[in-house]
Amino acid sequence: MVRVPVPVISHPPKNLRRNHKRYLKERIIELLLFLAASLSVFITFAIIYLLISESLVFFEHVPLWDFLTDTQWTPLFDDAHYGILPLVSGTAVSSLVALVIALPFGTIIAIYLSEFAPFTVREIAKPFLELLGGIPTVVYGYFALLFVTPLLQAILPDLPGFSLLSAGLVMGIMIIPYVSSMTEDAMRSVPMHLREGSYAIGATRFQTAVKVVMPASLSGIAAAYILGISRAVGETMVVAIAAGMQPNLVWNPMEPAATITTYIVQVSLGDLPHGSIGYQTIFAAGLTLLLLTLVFNILGHLLRKRFREVY
Amino acid sequence: MQIFKPTNTASPTAQKAAVKDLNFYYGAHQALKNINMVVHEKQVTALIGPSGCGKSTFLRCFNRMHDLYPHNHYEGEILLYPDNENILSSEVDPIEVRMRISMVFQKPNPFPKSIFENVAYGLRIRGVKRRSILEERVENALRNAALWEEVKNRLGDLAFNLSGGQQQRLCIARALATDPEILLFDEPTSALDPIATASIEELISDIRNKVTILIVTHNMQQAARVSDYTAYMYMGELIEFGATDKIFIKPKNKQTEDYITGRFG
Amino acid sequence: MNNPDNLNEIRAIIAHHKRWDLLALTAGIIALMIAVLTFIALFGNMVIDGMPRLTWEFFTSFPSRKPEAAGILSAWVGTTLIMLVTAAAAIPLGVAAGVYLEEYAPKNFITEVIEINVTNLAGVPSIIYGLLALGLFVYQLGLGQSILAAGLTLALLILPIVIVATREAIRSIPVTIREGAYALGATKWQTVADHVLPYSAAGILTGVIIGLARAIGETAPIITIGALTFIAFLPASPIQDQFPFLSFEWLLEPFTVMPIQMFNWVSRPQEAFQHNAAAAGLVLVVMTLLMNGLAIYLRYHLRKKIKW
Repeated sequence: MVRVPVPVISHPPKNLRRNHKRYLKERIIELLLFLAASLSVFITFAIIYLLISESLVFFEHVPLWDFLTDTQWTPLFDDAHYGILPLVSGTAVSSLVALVIALPFGTIIAIYLSEFAPFTVREIAKPFLELLGGIPTVVYGYFALLFVTPLLQAILPDLPGFSLLSAGLVMGIMIIPYVSSMTEDAMRSVPMHLREGSYAIGATRFQTAVKVVMPASLSGIAAAYILGISRAVGETMVVAIAAGMQPNLVWNPMEPAATITTYIVQVSLGDLPHGSIGYQTIFAAGLTLLLLTLVFNILGHLLRKRFREVY
Repeated sequence: MQIFKPTNTASPTAQKAAVKDLNFYYGAHQALKNINMVVHEKQVTALIGPSGCGKSTFLRCFNRMHDLYPHNHYEGEILLYPDNENILSSEVDPIEVRMRISMVFQKPNPFPKSIFENVAYGLRIRGVKRRSILEERVENALRNAALWEEVKNRLGDLAFNLSGGQQQRLCIARALATDPEILLFDEPTSALDPIATASIEELISDIRNKVTILIVTHNMQQAARVSDYTAYMYMGELIEFGATDKIFIKPKNKQTEDYITGRFG
Repeated sequence: MNNPDNLNEIRAIIAHHKRWDLLALTAGIIALMIAVLTFIALFGNMVIDGMPRLTWEFFTSFPSRKPEAAGILSAWVGTTLIMLVTAAAAIPLGVAAGVYLEEYAPKNFITEVIEINVTNLAGVPSIIYGLLALGLFVYQLGLGQSILAAGLTLALLILPIVIVATREAIRSIPVTIREGAYALGATKWQTVADHVLPYSAAGILTGVIIGLARAIGETAPIITIGALTFIAFLPASPIQDQFPFLSFEWLLEPFTVMPIQMFNWVSRPQEAFQHNAAAAGLVLVVMTLLMNGLAIYLRYHLRKKIKW
């Protein structure tokens, strides 16, 4: 019998070089992925840099004190005034109207879906609400101007064709899905054994929802509310279409008024030369808006820390 | 508003409840089969058996926890004495049942509230509002749960800051505060270390004369230590039921014997 | 002894509490009904006003000063081209960022900064992105009011959505899958490219579709970069009949999009134009509903099918 020589498989050390190449390739890929991830930081810095640098030019022309205290906003008139207050009041009033609708309704729907609704209702209602949240805001603007305003005018004959009230109402309806779905998610994430503990002592559904589940998910609910507020403050198209565009220092929702966002839209629709004071006003307005949303976000962050979930 | 007092006709043989031809279904799956058993008043009854035998399912029938989830249904009766009411009847409100029969769970589940509010919760949902009554009852319950000395100076602390064993005793206090007629324990020590387990067992021995207790346990020694009666279950059926001494020393059923002696399980 | 008074008292308490249950239940159902009714009103109102305008000519005509002759040709072509740019930019960048954060990122300060950043960017009002684009793309980079500038703007806007969806999809893949690949000698990137990404593709796709549906309806940032609202011509075709057959001229051309066209018509006082707006809105809503519906269906399907 002939012995067949067993082939020897050798692993020469030269393989090391190939490993080195592979290592290099892996590192390059990792670097590229890292660059993509850090783009978000770059975007943030770009936003802050741009808003601040343009605003600084603006504040060379307009003293900060005037900006904060002047009660008129007429940058495009010959007699130019640069008081941000009218825009802030418009933003505040329309947002308040929206939140008066969105927060209670969103919360009630969330409580219902999370604690009361049968499985099938929840399975249908959740995607439906999600679809509602996906409708473009310009469509909600159309709805506010051409459906809700005439409807409101039938009840309130003095209501003008443009008003913070109808824009705010529709904005509120628009925000309900965001608030309700985030609140519901927060409530659903409360573990079942906590609910069982409450039911086992004889609590009803409502008592369990309000006294156990909601306190346990407070941080998530706070986050949902903050998101709702940021949405309302930053919303543009509904107010641009239905609330009118004249800056008006009013606290009455029955009046038309511009918000910070509608002012930016109004200027953008015109033809302002790059670098003019009018051009810089929209960056000052944008910076104000960003700071406002930042305040709410920080507030939300603090609330979340304060009411951190511990099951 | 007053909380009803538990029954006080304590004689060792008095019955607190009787289970008659109980069947229970999760949807189409039958989890409990034709169970007949009595629960003796002011005694500890242990439910033992291998995992999945239906002992927890059985326990949760007593306060209608299954009503929380869809597609569950009961057949048969659990009669609660002395009023002779079938607590499984669809005409009986599960909330009413739970107000009379409370439960302590496998994992301690304190609410995200203060120690005081945790114990007071059951009283509050029964409409007790007077601070003095609440304080008195919370103190009583915490004393009965052997927790008072450890927490009396920090009743306002969040309950999560307690240790696992303390949390479980807090949950027992929470249940005791409402003077339940029966207290259900669903493997109350399975998530605890041996020292905390010993303290819970001691506590159960302390309160056994005050309240009727049903306890599910997978720990044979625990059943032998704490219970007066033992029920051995297997595959959704009640195989053997009797005084704990008898079951552990001289079981009638071969299956029970195998399980208790560790040949099977 | 459990006297009947006690039981009656309990029953009274429960009855009292049950009233609150009933109240909460009713309120919940009414609130949901209001949401449903609003949607019916919104949709119905647009159907009544806009349906008669939805003819073939409406899709094949340019905007016009005469409302009955006006159409959405330039708008839907613009929207399509911009979505191409947005998808081409947002998908690779967003997926890459998601992969980095989920698979590569070390637990350190920089990673934390990036994570906080992504969360915060998702909450920045869209019009702020418009200002960023106006300063950065339109003027600094000199892209002008072009399709490229608009597409990139919307890409930045939906980047957080894509990143979050990618991370969630990747996270649902169990460690054992990765270990299986590593055990066969795969490198990290091979594991990601051959296993992690393919298995999470459907989840990522869901997020991408939701992001694009959001981008299609965005109006404010596009207005901010100064998009013209009256465009009666089409950009150069991307496909040419002469070598090299592909052209990128269209990227730098002016455009209009569906929501801008609708906004333009809504702002006109004449009722006929408002009917055009309703018709355009109908097309827009149907597009976003279809996209979101597809995403919801995908997610539902995914949840049912895959059990790791």
